[in-house]
Amino acid sequence: MTHRLTHLKALEAESIHIFREVAAEFARPVMLYSIGKDSSVMLRLAQKAFHPGRIPFPLLHVDTSFKFREMLEFRDQYTAQIGATLIVHRNESALSDGANPFKLGTQKCCGLLKTRSLLDALTEGGFDAAFGGARREEEKSRAKERVYSFRDTAGQWNPKNQRPELWNLFNGRIDKGESIRVFPLSNWTELDVWHYIHLENIPVVPLYFAKPREMIVRGDTLISTEHEPRLLPGETPQLVMSRMRSLGCTYCTGAVRSDADSVPKIIAELVGMRRSERENRVIDHDQEGSMEMKKREGYF
Amino acid sequence: MSLTEAPTPVQNIDAFLEQDQRKGLLRFTTAGSVDDGKSTLIGRLLFDSRGVYEDQLAAVRDSTLNRSSGPIDFSLLTDGLRAEREQGITIDVAYRYFATPKRKFIIADTPGHEQYTRNMATGASTADLAIVLVDARNGVLPQSRRHAFIAALLGIPQIVVAVNKMDLVDFSAEVFARIRDEFDAHLKRLGIPSAYFIPVSALEGDNVIVRSPKTPWYQGESLLERLESVPLDDGSTERPVRFPVQYVIRPDLDFRGYAGQLVSGIVRPGDPVMVLPSGRTSRVKSIVSWEGDLPEAFAPMPATVCLDDELDVSRGDMLVHPARMPHVSRHFEALIVWMSEQPLKLDQPYLIKHTTQQLTATITSLLHRVDVNTLDEAPADRLELNEIGRVAIETARPLFFDAYTSNRATGSFIVIDPIGNGTVAAGMIQEPRREPGADRAARAALLELEFQASRLTPAERYARAGHRPATIWLTARQDLAYLLERRLFQRGCQVHVIAEEVESRILPEIASLLSAVGLITIFSGSNLDAAECERARARVGSERFFHFDPENLATSDERAAEQILAVLEDRDVLPRTRFTEQEGI
Repeated sequence: MTHRLTHLKALEAESIHIFREVAAEFARPVMLYSIGKDSSVMLRLAQKAFHPGRIPFPLLHVDTSFKFREMLEFRDQYTAQIGATLIVHRNESALSDGANPFKLGTQKCCGLLKTRSLLDALTEGGFDAAFGGARREEEKSRAKERVYSFRDTAGQWNPKNQRPELWNLFNGRIDKGESIRVFPLSNWTELDVWHYIHLENIPVVPLYFAKPREMIVRGDTLISTEHEPRLLPGETPQLVMSRMRSLGCTYCTGAVRSDADSVPKIIAELVGMRRSERENRVIDHDQEGSMEMKKREGYF
Repeated sequence: MSLTEAPTPVQNIDAFLEQDQRKGLLRFTTAGSVDDGKSTLIGRLLFDSRGVYEDQLAAVRDSTLNRSSGPIDFSLLTDGLRAEREQGITIDVAYRYFATPKRKFIIADTPGHEQYTRNMATGASTADLAIVLVDARNGVLPQSRRHAFIAALLGIPQIVVAVNKMDLVDFSAEVFARIRDEFDAHLKRLGIPSAYFIPVSALEGDNVIVRSPKTPWYQGESLLERLESVPLDDGSTERPVRFPVQYVIRPDLDFRGYAGQLVSGIVRPGDPVMVLPSGRTSRVKSIVSWEGDLPEAFAPMPATVCLDDELDVSRGDMLVHPARMPHVSRHFEALIVWMSEQPLKLDQPYLIKHTTQQLTATITSLLHRVDVNTLDEAPADRLELNEIGRVAIETARPLFFDAYTSNRATGSFIVIDPIGNGTVAAGMIQEPRREPGADRAARAALLELEFQASRLTPAERYARAGHRPATIWLTARQDLAYLLERRLFQRGCQVHVIAEEVESRILPEIASLLSAVGLITIFSGSNLDAAECERARARVGSERFFHFDPENLATSDERAAEQILAVLEDRDVLPRTRFTEQEGI
């Protein structure tokens, strides 16, 4: 028997260590559950970390109300199936004021329904540590993100005030009101995530798999019609064989043309495609360095 | 390779997945300044190995700060944050990812300036390999030496020296050989016996991915070939078992599993284990996992271990092999890298996180400071940001550790400021010096002895010695202890006093060991506390354990010794040959 871990087993080992460390050292951890593929992998890793016990923290979904119906169905069915505790939070006051991406623009909408809502939910729950599925590979400002990302009492991130992380010795000391965002998938790539989903047979939202979907075709971007976005002159929704590379709100998550209807086909597409997965996230392209600015405000 | 070239089509996804699944993972670190082409080298590794996606390249082209005069500036791929892009330097550790059909790679990319020793150490702490860059035009500069020193200090097993910008010295074999010989001598001083030297041009791609025709005199591997072929085995499975308990899993009353990461060694069901600090022993009943019970766990696997016996084990404890113990002590020396703007304060409380323990500690002395450029050790009274020093540390509770050079996981720690909560230093524990009297290695060896079971029976020992073993617990009556020792010796007993201030946590282990070899042992230190007393009683057995409360003993040592001897006779430790009762005292 060879005593060497494959790269996926090495990543799994690192992530499980992080889950256990946080569960042991923090009073009220929570897992931010976005329903996407990274969340699915996080959930499986958490199950493994505490097996045969239950996952010792709740899941928190920040629902903007503009999520895909299939995401919510998957969320409710899957979390019930594995016996996880689910908290759903919406920024009800902003929603009753009619917040939506068409009226506010994507930046303000995201600020209110996602960032604000997330910070409120964390405060209300008294959570001192929140797991997120962000990966360093995803975007430039995340390449320097810590596994334990320190947030001040306003939930904000200061790139100059992050703690050095050596070995796997994480410093979880915080004062009252401060918190830590924890990224157990820091060192995973998109390919690692899909490969792990494949090997472990992890359920994911069907939106990842290609099928004919009603879309607005706007330049290279495909926008779902699910929440009836405003059409530009001359646009008509059409059925496009497509799938989502990442999941967010219907308006801000562009689909890609694809016929990949299985995990191996998705991986084949990924290996051949050479397009960064966040490219179709409208939000990252608002302005140069925009993800870094969102993080400073408290977004992931 | 051009940007427009079509990607390799995936012919057979199942074959790809099969191959991809068997890959190993190599973590490596790079350090260098803006001038020596480090970012260009990494950019090329990422780009030429197809780790850079088209749209990220497009974003680099659109960047308003593009300094490049050429078609594409690889360094902009790797400089992340706004502030850095504005200053044109990388100021933190950035992690990059790429993969080839053979391996997945994680790069910890750090700047090389002296003020960023902290970042270099951070990147180096998890690395299996370091790429040290040398500019062929300038030869071995202080920053290359510094990087090599930090790589050695942080125990990176493999060093690759990339002699870059060979295109600017006409790919000269002589230039390469001169740099190699000079640097190799330096590396040998650092205890790095066999670094691997490669002549490269990051800008033009020579010897980065494939071997270059421009260096026909070079017979070695390209940089990527080296990264793909260097052995991944760090020897951690060969080392003694160390399993720091992270978390106790207790879903119901029938299950109690100790979860953690096995940081070294291999564990199988049936193996003996000792729990530190209690010193209790048991055997591995099972290794539980999501995939089912495992026949073995090896480092660095996460594991959930169940034991045969119901022991009180909690986070911060460590399971070890009873015959291969770590050092157990509240005192040790370490090399530390100071990482805070606030200089080191001696004799102030800090927190130390070591494995899964977090405890209060003080740095009691600064033995010397190490110059990262010259390696000179000089006396110092201050240690400031980015400085490295050797210190003596005292912890509130014992640590279970190995020297960093023999075990990175149990030899490393971080220092936390208890007020500001920041991580202020990283430490590497040094092999304890051998001290007469309180020799820690010897103490650890003592504990080992206990488990190399003797083949002599207690009855045989009794027949020979004429008395049974006993552990006598006196608090702070040293004169009485020595008088009693003398009396017992005169009666032909094997007896020994432990009066010095021994690590109180291991007194029970010592008691148990000495009792097992048939001795009468008298403990009389002033630091004997009730908890240790009870633990010692449990370990040697209550019929062999005698705790004398000072209030119940005569104040005269002579009389008190007589009282104790009477008890020992009464309890069958000594044969009843005395006649003191008849004398009627």
